[in-house]
Amino acid sequence: MQALDNVTVLDLTHHIAGPYATKLLADFGADVIKIERPDGDIARRLGPFKGDVPHIERSGLFFFLNLNKRSVVIDMKTPEGRDAVLALAAKADLVVENFRPGTMERLGLGWDAIHAANPRASMISISNYGATGPYRDYRTSELVLYGYAGEMYSMGLTDREPTKMAGTAALFESGASAAAALMGALWGGKVNGAGQWVDIALTETHAGGVDRRHATAIAYQFSGRKALRAADAANGMPQGIYPCADGYVDFTAAGLRPDRVDDMLGFPEWNQDPKYRDPVLRFDPTVIEEWNANFLLWCLERTKREIWAEARRAKVMCGPLFSMKDLFEDDHFRGRGFWAKATHAELGEVEFPGRPLIFEEGGWALRRPAPLLGEHTREVLEEHGFSAAAIASIEAHGRVPA
Amino acid sequence: MKKPLEGVRIIDLCVVWAGPFATMTMADLGAEVIKPENPFVFQPMTRGRVARPTQLMLDAGNSWAGGLPGGVPGEKPWNYSPTFVSLYRNKRSFTVDLRRPEGMEVLRKLVAVSDVVYENNATGTMESLGITYDWLREANPRIIFVRVPAYGSTGPYYNARALGVHLEAVMGHSLLRGYDDTDPSTNTAIYSGDYLAGVQGAFAVMSALWLRERTGRGQLIEIGQAENAAAMFTQAVMDYSLNGRIQEAIGNRDVNGRYPCGVYPALSPGTAATMDDHWVTIHVETDAQWHALVRVMGSPDWATDPRFDTNEGRQSHARELDRHIASYTCQHDDYELMHRLQAAGIACAPVLEVSRMFDDAQLLERGFFREQTVEGTGPRKYAGPMWNMTGTPIEFIQPPVTFGEHNDYVYRDVLGLPEDEIEALRAGGHIATEYDASVP
Repeated sequence: MQALDNVTVLDLTHHIAGPYATKLLADFGADVIKIERPDGDIARRLGPFKGDVPHIERSGLFFFLNLNKRSVVIDMKTPEGRDAVLALAAKADLVVENFRPGTMERLGLGWDAIHAANPRASMISISNYGATGPYRDYRTSELVLYGYAGEMYSMGLTDREPTKMAGTAALFESGASAAAALMGALWGGKVNGAGQWVDIALTETHAGGVDRRHATAIAYQFSGRKALRAADAANGMPQGIYPCADGYVDFTAAGLRPDRVDDMLGFPEWNQDPKYRDPVLRFDPTVIEEWNANFLLWCLERTKREIWAEARRAKVMCGPLFSMKDLFEDDHFRGRGFWAKATHAELGEVEFPGRPLIFEEGGWALRRPAPLLGEHTREVLEEHGFSAAAIASIEAHGRVPA
Repeated sequence: MKKPLEGVRIIDLCVVWAGPFATMTMADLGAEVIKPENPFVFQPMTRGRVARPTQLMLDAGNSWAGGLPGGVPGEKPWNYSPTFVSLYRNKRSFTVDLRRPEGMEVLRKLVAVSDVVYENNATGTMESLGITYDWLREANPRIIFVRVPAYGSTGPYYNARALGVHLEAVMGHSLLRGYDDTDPSTNTAIYSGDYLAGVQGAFAVMSALWLRERTGRGQLIEIGQAENAAAMFTQAVMDYSLNGRIQEAIGNRDVNGRYPCGVYPALSPGTAATMDDHWVTIHVETDAQWHALVRVMGSPDWATDPRFDTNEGRQSHARELDRHIASYTCQHDDYELMHRLQAAGIACAPVLEVSRMFDDAQLLERGFFREQTVEGTGPRKYAGPMWNMTGTPIEFIQPPVTFGEHNDYVYRDVLGLPEDEIEALRAGGHIATEYDASVP
């Protein structure tokens, strides 16, 4: 038994945020029926690709985002396609889409149509800026989203441009947020016996999220203070990222416990100067600079793993900067069963991050790898009682013209 | 309509960001979230850095940590730390000293009438108080206990101390972000992992509650926060998995290699030193969008250079291209650029410094900000919820909670303790609205 194995999700999403949200439900047992347009989810065209050769069945991004789902190709622009989607919606608990606002209505699949087909189902619409407002139709991307609604302004050096996060981290955050919204809608449907429409703006998942923007908005109103864009390195004892013998280590906020830092360093003579313990002098830039000169030498004589081991022993907050190679080869994560493996028709055996959460009961499980395009069209339509003729027609419309 | 989580009671034994974000997400959905707080123990980086910060500490800290009302410590500073305030709407707070048996008895009684206990403390903190899964199950066999250890409860790193920024470094983020032409020590700290673990923790609880409907059993959930963060770097993880390639920082460029993609200077009323510098993001994803951008810029000679006609050309001359685009954008207002480029079908927006968010036309039209008053301050505008749920609207029914604000509610209404017991607990210092004078 899996926690959500009695839940059916009709998934009309594509790209990253929407599919990541439904992936989480699929990972915990939900039957996620992924509707793809005849040429497939755009994520099938985004890398990394195995062997760097673009191919709709060889994207590592698509593979990770669509594990445990079933793929059904339906051309929703045809009347048969539209009716098929409504028939699938009639048996679903949740319908999720991330088209541009107004698209579902144009296809005859807006909230009114979905609600009429299944009054108990909720529909979750994920869009760039929300379903209303002057920027409703505006475009976004990882970069544009993080700049407008995330913490980008304060990230980077004062005399340079602000910087983004890695990859598409902001879109993954939004997707995880949407997964929680899906569960909220699922519970709302259960306790009320009626579905609802949920309007999610990617921007608001960030502007209302946790990474400093909201706190800074409060600080500004409380005190007039804003957030300066600056690196944190070496402005505390210690603070920020330092180079070491074979890379870098992060000591953000470690200076809050000077006693533990002293222990980590092995109580060296240079660190016993009383001014380093003085609550006022510890904020003096000259004192900090002098301390950091000594600390840097300590770091440069050790590897990132050696430093982290000393930090862990002394309970100092620290993190070595790992590369993907470091991470894949690391014994801790391997030993804990963090990595999972699946066999995929086009990719062969693939290793990927498995369970994001560990349940005692009913948790994450791999049931199937990411689906090939349209792999489950016939299977799903048959389960829903479509006639052979209807299936043949949908399949005919679903073929991409050669 | 009833709120989705109406009738669900959650005990918030959380610190810092990742845990409180999870419980706030569920409080927004109607769960009753109760935070037990100890008048004799201050949890660093939760209600502030210390209970009674000096002016120097506030000034030296980041605004989001040190920006208390009036910029001064004031009275009861623990009620106004901006990070705490941003994470404690719709929750309740009561005080109890869990280091003493009678305090633990209060918690045991609360557990008996709750559904979920959520904690994200440093490894060993709960155990030192005697709060274990077995102890909780004895008090309530249906309890769902969520723990968020940084690296999980097993393995060589189980005891490593970490904030989000440290575990993100371990999962690869710090080498994958920041400028592509400087060393990583120029990176500013980041807390995206707290975001991810927070909302996924809410997802976990709602899934476990869903299962409990059928099994009647509670359960233990472990969120190894580092492991949880890995999904954010899927492209880099899968590139190594499939191809053995070690990806590196790409600055503001597109992970899928579509150009131009960058942050460009806009006409600014001031400098970065006063936080008055303006920037825009521009992300061109197709050749057609590039040609549209060229037209918007008035087709200057440099832009019609055939080298820039293809994405390949734009990619191999990215820095040169960026300099040219900057020479255009720096003459224009950021919002004006946004509207002009968006009208031409190009993704573009200002990099909003936080204080400008309150004037943003979209957020205003959407009614994103909500007015609330934290006890002891005036009305302020708070960021809205993450989603617009039209059937069960997310309401802000409780302003960010002050220390011990719901002592009466919890001791009398929830636990139903007799007056003499309540008086004894008050005399013992358990029930308070201030930290004990012994707490720095």
